[in-house]
Amino acid sequence: MLTKRIIPCLDIKNGRTVKGVNFRNLIDAGDPVELAKHYAKHGADELVFLDISATLEGRNTTLEMVLKVAEQVNIPFTVGGGVSSIENVNCLLKSGADKIAINSSAIKNPCLINVLSEKFGSQCITVAIDAKRINKKWTVFMAGGTIPTSLNLFDWAKEVEQRGAGEILFTSMNNDGIKTGFANVALAKLTKVINIPIIASGGAGTVQHFIDAFKIGKSDAALAASVFHFKDISISELKKELKKNQIPVRL
Amino acid sequence: MTLVIIDYGIGNTKSVQFAFKRIGKEAVLSSNPREIEQADRVIFPGVGEASSAIKALKKKKLDKVIPQLKQPVLGICLGMQLLCNTTQENKTKGLGVFNVDIKRFSKKVKAPQIGWNTITNLKSNLFKGINSNSFMYFVHSYYALDCMEAIANTYYEYNFASALQKDNFYGVQFHPEKSSLVGEQILKNFLTL
Repeated sequence: MLTKRIIPCLDIKNGRTVKGVNFRNLIDAGDPVELAKHYAKHGADELVFLDISATLEGRNTTLEMVLKVAEQVNIPFTVGGGVSSIENVNCLLKSGADKIAINSSAIKNPCLINVLSEKFGSQCITVAIDAKRINKKWTVFMAGGTIPTSLNLFDWAKEVEQRGAGEILFTSMNNDGIKTGFANVALAKLTKVINIPIIASGGAGTVQHFIDAFKIGKSDAALAASVFHFKDISISELKKELKKNQIPVRL
Repeated sequence: MTLVIIDYGIGNTKSVQFAFKRIGKEAVLSSNPREIEQADRVIFPGVGEASSAIKALKKKKLDKVIPQLKQPVLGICLGMQLLCNTTQENKTKGLGVFNVDIKRFSKKVKAPQIGWNTITNLKSNLFKGINSNSFMYFVHSYYALDCMEAIANTYYEYNFASALQKDNFYGVQFHPEKSSLVGEQILKNFLTL
């Protein structure tokens, strides 16, 4: 049986992990490769690296990091953040990334989804969608959640699927960072309107939140950052709890 | 022992090469027919779309070379699918090593299947020391029908053939190079077949 995935997300700047990583010197938490190995060993099913470097130099450092992760980590990983061209994707895949996440570039140029999925295969193209519920409507945002668009979450998700994306990474901006649970109602609705896997993101604070994301939100995977980085929740304990709650997981 | 990963411009050659490096085996990337023929073990990887992959093989005349190989050959993911008779993906004719066709998952399930699923009915030395119901990492929208040549099954919409064997040819739908320690054990087993 296909299992539900638990995915730690690492923010990367100039080849180092940044923001909210607290491992009390157990490992060099600033080193993404060490952190990735740690998570892989403790039962993470996949990893997501989000490159927040602003400079070309920073991006090249990240490319070197991707190569090192591919060399040393034996589970799949996705790289996103600032990916906007065939050439970007080609470099990242050639360096050993398994999947690529695109976000703003897909909004600016939706044809990019078609081009990338035809060239590299749908299975490696994840479209990340940041959306916020405003006046009962889910509005899609771009540029790291700073610029609202005219797109509605559900319509955009459908279009993204039709254009060939293999997976959607949906971050609820209302839930992100406040640890009150995932946006389960929106997630469950997404599952009804599209037929590709959905990764839930934004809001993880407790084990129960993950249970709800799978049981109520019907998501295929759940992504979180700080609860794992600050060791509020250990991945192996989380997966044991999920199993107790009849959610299929890899143990 | 020499290990060659067929490099025809399609897919995850680097990940496969790194996985072998982690288990202490250097692998050479090559598209040279002579070098491939002379290797002790051959990996035929692939991710992406079937018809363009077959085109890339033909361009390098590897479509004739691969089915004639005598040493153990392991097709991974699209590599396995291309070793079959036909695939529904853009109605592509495969290399015909495995006597089975590749179909697409129906709309009843999400496609691609992405994630960790179990392998059962293990029937080959490729899985020596591997328990039934071990988890492997899958990313695919097309699958091989269950058949005589199946050496492992996985359930997703159907109980499909997640690994195949015929003579010296082996194929796995999942990614052993991304399947943690169990995947690495399968790669080790391949080297000792």
